[in-house]
Amino acid sequence: MSQSAKADGDQGKAGASALGRALAWLPALLEPVMRFAQRVLGARRMPWLFLAPNLLIFGTFTFLPIIINFYYAFTGGVKLFPSERPFTGMENLATLFDCRDYFDPSTCRKDIFWQAVYNTAKFAVLQVGLMVVFSVITALVLNRKIIGRGFWRGVYFYPVLLSPVVVALIWKWILQSQGVLNGLLVGVGVAPTEWLTSASWMFFWVILVSIWAHMGFYTLIVLAGLQAIPKDLYDAAQMDSASPWRVLRRITLPLLMPNLLVVIVLALIRAVQIFDEVFVLTGGGPGTATTFLVQFIYQTGFAEAIHLYGLAAAASLVLAGALLVLTLLQLKIAGGGEIKDGKAKGGAGHA
Amino acid sequence: MPDALRFLTRTSGRARLDWTDWLSYAYLFVGLFLMFGPVLWIVMSSFKTQSGLTDFPPSFLPYGQKSVQVAGNEARLPLYRVKMPDGSTRELAELRRIGLTATMIDPAKPGEEIPVNIKDREKTSELRVATENYTELFGKLSFGRYLWNSVFITVVATLITLLFNSMAAFALSKYRFRGQKTVFLLIIATLMIPPTIILVPNFLVISNLGLLNSLWGVIWPAVATPTGVFLLRQYMLTIPDELLDAARMDHASEWQIYWRIVLPLTAPALAVLAIFSVMWRWNDFLWPLIVLSRSELFTLQLALNAFQGELQTEWNYLLAMTVITIIPVTLVFAFLQKHITTGIASSGVK
Repeated sequence: MSQSAKADGDQGKAGASALGRALAWLPALLEPVMRFAQRVLGARRMPWLFLAPNLLIFGTFTFLPIIINFYYAFTGGVKLFPSERPFTGMENLATLFDCRDYFDPSTCRKDIFWQAVYNTAKFAVLQVGLMVVFSVITALVLNRKIIGRGFWRGVYFYPVLLSPVVVALIWKWILQSQGVLNGLLVGVGVAPTEWLTSASWMFFWVILVSIWAHMGFYTLIVLAGLQAIPKDLYDAAQMDSASPWRVLRRITLPLLMPNLLVVIVLALIRAVQIFDEVFVLTGGGPGTATTFLVQFIYQTGFAEAIHLYGLAAAASLVLAGALLVLTLLQLKIAGGGEIKDGKAKGGAGHA
Repeated sequence: MPDALRFLTRTSGRARLDWTDWLSYAYLFVGLFLMFGPVLWIVMSSFKTQSGLTDFPPSFLPYGQKSVQVAGNEARLPLYRVKMPDGSTRELAELRRIGLTATMIDPAKPGEEIPVNIKDREKTSELRVATENYTELFGKLSFGRYLWNSVFITVVATLITLLFNSMAAFALSKYRFRGQKTVFLLIIATLMIPPTIILVPNFLVISNLGLLNSLWGVIWPAVATPTGVFLLRQYMLTIPDELLDAARMDHASEWQIYWRIVLPLTAPALAVLAIFSVMWRWNDFLWPLIVLSRSELFTLQLALNAFQGELQTEWNYLLAMTVITIIPVTLVFAFLQKHITTGIASSGVK
């Protein structure tokens, strides 16, 4: 068993270095340029040259946009170019927050925005709660002495790799009125349901589908946490012939807690940004039942006939605020020292 | 039989399977069904004919309606099993249908037209794998175009990602210079800035650079990844500096040290990043959706989204296209799963 695993690893290494050789033409091509650069700059300035492409791209597509986003949020009009946009101060934010009763979206000027905020909050709490429970149960099962553990781990991980569009299409095909789910229901004598046009059912399915698609990722992290729990604790428990339930409550869960908190915050950060799969599956509907914050930004800024960039940017600031709170929470939980320890539990989790 | 049972319930090191084991395996098999079932269903459906897809309740295997060539008709006619007024059952082909009455003929005796109430007939089905859903794709819907766009973005972006990120990682792990820590923290900080909150300004940047409706507009913002820099830096830190010093003694240039010495030693980490990058770019949706609005520039993901939103969705083609989109990801999963899981375990991001 261990021998085959070793052979497997060697094979992986060989494959990786073959890949490296195959791709070496790219740096080789750049060598004359870089040799010249080193003569001009000197060896001591070379690290900055190595960093330059990355910094240029981060600067152009991340840091500069953050600054511009503020500018958009505080200017009005429908023009894209900043010089053509009149300064309006807090007007965009005021429009978003113009409500007679914050707990009733229909009394707000931007009722869809508040609907989206409530949908997002409700979604995040329900989805993350359920997903963490399922992830922990799955990780506990996978951590047992089972036959073919690698295979079973892969089973739960597979949907993580599917694109959001594919995930949405798979489920749309299952849920449509002539779909297999209704077919199965009819088979057991239950009346079929129009899932895709029922607001409450669709909210339920959006949660379920997103759990289906992302659970494997969190299961892996929880599993890593479980494997980090010292084995001798369990041996000691066995000697005291403690019941499995007691072992779970007194040893496993308490020791898993730090890991679990990271998972919860990480999942919350992602849940607040839910967009792709829901957009393709429901388009935000029926009505506004599954319209979430990012979709509001996308619609306001890009999809509707009049592009209200300022309003979209202001909504982005609200989203950024929520994410900032969650990220700070995460850093506090992770102790901030994680980066030094060689682990950056990525906030937004995007590339 | 008892032998087989003993073999199946064999455990590593422990006596017997107890009830918790049975519960675990039950959970795992339910999971197998729930996780793979939907994907398997879409694969099976993609081999059904257009008419087979509208059957309700749907069948697991691809059944299609039988059809026959009848003399005097150019198109093949669909076959039905008809209950005749005298109680017998005949297999007839449909010529045309108006409202509740269909005009049908017996393929054996094409001269005689028989009016049939559609309540009295049933489709005649046969097992038929509709491979034309796949083969016709390349002519239809400019599928080849979308496939090319997706492949181009994925391959080019991944190559540039590997180059740029390894360069930055090299600078951050193998040199000591002023501002190094700041740069590293700055790059890590971009992990905390999700692309969703800078959509509007990024749209401005892209259009100012003239990259709107260009595949490069999707590629450039994506090639600098904090995850990649971090992953490679952590790996390069384990490479001993003595190797580099020895090379400098031999008058190697800094660039040569980077790609002749450090890069080959970083191959395993580069492989992990390559896998990640391929998955990211292949599956990207929101950013391409904003940058690419002309349909000839659509990636597979955008095309799938556009077609599913149409009023008359041709699901047989859409399903085949979905399955083709899943293939590369499934291959990566099948052969490189271990790399992905270790990558996630060591960086905490996907």
